[in-house]
Amino acid sequence: MRYLPHTEEDVAEMLQVIGVSSLEDLFSSIPEDCRRKTGLRLPDPATEWELNDIISALAQSMAVAPAYKVFLGAGSYEHYIPASMSYLLGRSEFSTSYTPYQPEISQGTLQAIFEYQTFVASLLGMDVANASLYDGASALAEALLMAARVMGLKKVAISSLIHPLYRHVVHTYLEPAGFEIIELPYSADGRTDISGLDGMEGLAGIAVQSPNFFGCVEDIAAVSTLARAIRTLTIVSFNEPLAYGLYKNPGSQGADICCGEGQSFGISQSFGGPGLGMFACRKQHIRSMPGRLVGKTVDIEGKPGFVLTLATREQHIRREKATSNICTNSSLCAVASAMYMASLGGSGLRELARLNYDKSEYFKSELRNAGFKIPFATSTFNEFVVEFSPGFEAVYKRLLDLKIVAGLPLGSFYNELSDHCLLCVTETKSRQDIDALVAELRR
Amino acid sequence: MEFSGSTGLVLNEPLLFEKGKKGRSGISLPRRDVDFAELDEALKGDGPDFPDLCEVEVVRHYTRLSTWNFGIDTGMYPLGSCTMKYNPKINEKQAALPGFAGAHPLLPSVLSQGVLKLMFELESLLAEITGMDAVSLQPSAGAQGELTGMLLFHAYHKHNKSSRSKVIVPDTAHGTNPASAALCGYSPVCVKSNDRGVLAADAVAEVMDDETAGIMVTNPNTLGFFEENIKEIARIVHAKDGLVYADGANMNAILGIASMAELGVDILHLNLHKTFSTPHGGGGPGAGPVCVRKHLEPFLPAPRILADDGKYSLSYDFPSSIGKLHAFYGNTGVLIRAYSYIRSLGPELKKVSQLAVLNANYIREKLKHTLHLAYDRPCMHECVFSDKLQASSKTTTLDMAKRLIDFGFHPPTIYFPLVVPGAIMIEPTETECKEELDLFIEAFKAVVKEAGEHPELLHDAPWRPKVRRLDETGAARNPRLTCGGGA
Repeated sequence: MRYLPHTEEDVAEMLQVIGVSSLEDLFSSIPEDCRRKTGLRLPDPATEWELNDIISALAQSMAVAPAYKVFLGAGSYEHYIPASMSYLLGRSEFSTSYTPYQPEISQGTLQAIFEYQTFVASLLGMDVANASLYDGASALAEALLMAARVMGLKKVAISSLIHPLYRHVVHTYLEPAGFEIIELPYSADGRTDISGLDGMEGLAGIAVQSPNFFGCVEDIAAVSTLARAIRTLTIVSFNEPLAYGLYKNPGSQGADICCGEGQSFGISQSFGGPGLGMFACRKQHIRSMPGRLVGKTVDIEGKPGFVLTLATREQHIRREKATSNICTNSSLCAVASAMYMASLGGSGLRELARLNYDKSEYFKSELRNAGFKIPFATSTFNEFVVEFSPGFEAVYKRLLDLKIVAGLPLGSFYNELSDHCLLCVTETKSRQDIDALVAELRR
Repeated sequence: MEFSGSTGLVLNEPLLFEKGKKGRSGISLPRRDVDFAELDEALKGDGPDFPDLCEVEVVRHYTRLSTWNFGIDTGMYPLGSCTMKYNPKINEKQAALPGFAGAHPLLPSVLSQGVLKLMFELESLLAEITGMDAVSLQPSAGAQGELTGMLLFHAYHKHNKSSRSKVIVPDTAHGTNPASAALCGYSPVCVKSNDRGVLAADAVAEVMDDETAGIMVTNPNTLGFFEENIKEIARIVHAKDGLVYADGANMNAILGIASMAELGVDILHLNLHKTFSTPHGGGGPGAGPVCVRKHLEPFLPAPRILADDGKYSLSYDFPSSIGKLHAFYGNTGVLIRAYSYIRSLGPELKKVSQLAVLNANYIREKLKHTLHLAYDRPCMHECVFSDKLQASSKTTTLDMAKRLIDFGFHPPTIYFPLVVPGAIMIEPTETECKEELDLFIEAFKAVVKEAGEHPELLHDAPWRPKVRRLDETGAARNPRLTCGGGA
């Protein structure tokens, strides 16, 4: 086996040094009744040739671009990844290193993460960002736990327009620990209805998503004004960070904690993971933050360098009193997103965001012209809800045969929205692709 | 003997934010084929103030940064408990196949059969390897696997209408264990390991009661020893209707040798980025699948993958499920790499463990007169020394670790496990050849010799990397976490 370097001669010599007679004898500390009764019943080792055949056959059965036109968003977005990125990410000094516990030989990862933290804080309009969490969903759960720590309260309010799968994760994380979770309804305009929170006491935080699950831009300023009035924290979640290249960021509208999914920034969709949990907050809350942080410092000669810092918040020091149990996070994805943000630059980000918006507005107007209804009037970014005629399911299936995935049917997430679909277009769809879908929908 | 540590041309590279010029671009955007649409000016923002860089600036920036990093491709990385084995390249190729990399997670399952089949098969492979009955691939890393385990404890006891407040955690446990228990509302109860470096059954019996949900055991533990009393411990815990959770961080030592189910384990997490060779990425992404015995299967996270006559689908229809840990189904890109690894080795995985244990014992034997061995008995996949013998020279574990860098090695894990003061925890893994181990051993001996003769060489180490020893205290006292000013 090419990954196992030992020759028989090596093994014999080493066993002799150790003073045992066989490899089996190395395991004498394992009691007999703990041993496996059978060998490993696994398929025979595959050669590299066989492996290529086995796995490529699986990959080929998947519906992906360019053969398929996939108009799905809902937390995973098809954006173009520049060719330069796969080469840079392929630098195995980045990919095959561990968490940078030895900073002197990890300056590459550490500077890249420090720059990532700067990018994320700037993008979201926040003071500080951490080195990443797993994904947008667990980042939201961690944000709510952090708000609970900061406020010393165990009741939170979350918008029903936060991604339904994220809410599922939040319930999983919070309920066993005895949290009370209030779900906020939505209004006819496609925004969260926060009116029920007026005068409410004892809330650790209010969480909304913007753009929300319907693609609509929330009035974050109104949420944070209310939050201040009832002395609670504003948490803003997001699925699509590219929207902040066009719309006001959460920080400028009073968010205290901002968290979401960074997959859009140069990370392949990979059937939903790995993703990138972006997480940022105001500086007064740094010591309550979950996750790793990289800080700038100097070495004994005064040269600048970077280290993991504020570790006294973390599990390896604080154990059960840590701000989170997280250890391994999503570092390489954070570096990928930094590479992507660096490649776009501020100008490129604004231009790309605008292009996504304009394509989706074009799509919307074509759908309206074709007689379909856009039920929520609030501004959107690159995805939006469309109401189709009853019996749309058959049309959806017919489109699949034509290798078009016409968005995400919403009925299973919101009972009242049967025959509604969440449709998404990014820069990867041409006007021709959009026209082709609308033409098929008209039939 | 020539060590790999050397000097070369190390290039400086400023922060990205000190580079670039307005008007440059490092990306090609598609030709605009739609008009500008109307936009609500009240919602419009200015966009972030990122530098504009051209492609070559970005490429050089990250290429230079990469050269300041040490990876497993650079050299031996004997970081105990982290299992830094070689990450096969073919696995990278498989995960990057367009059919996987470009797949949307909410595709109708008829359009995603390939990846569902791969995940379903990976579940079966992991069940066979561990001896457990059912697997969820969802947790994103070991610590999230632990949280899943604690949520399973909670769901199981709730189902039995029993409310429990404590979880037993040995003193050798990773910090994530007590942190995960606390996250689920449990108070960890610490149990000391005995003079053999393992848990004694009576120590567990003393604290196990009707208020205790169960125990978290890392096996083999972080001292590199097999918890030989595990079956008796499991009997004690089960007798009070508690559950046994095994942290499988060190599963790489016992592949094909011990069966977790045989040991009485109810729940186990695996770290695919350790045992199953997926790259650690400088801190993730990883994957932390959770394996359970039959009686806990109904509580596993949803969705689960169903197979029916060769057709695969995802189902949320598990009313007793603890819920969901990941936005979608887990870190699929990592799962594909692990699948590729397991298919490449098959039953030879047993050899992986045998050679990992061989390498660790070889180092233990060769260094045991140079460094103080915390427990003088054969180890599994890692061995733990300390700096006790160096006390007279006033050099510490940290000094020796930093000096090893100059010789071209990544230092071992240091100051962990906490039960060994000044711990030096060495895990060579099976992918290092004998010659490399000999070099490492000689390097460590040279460092220890220097400690006696020229301690200042160690105090001021490392000398060769891009930066020297960094001021971590200052960094924490005055945090500068973004470019441009304070926190």
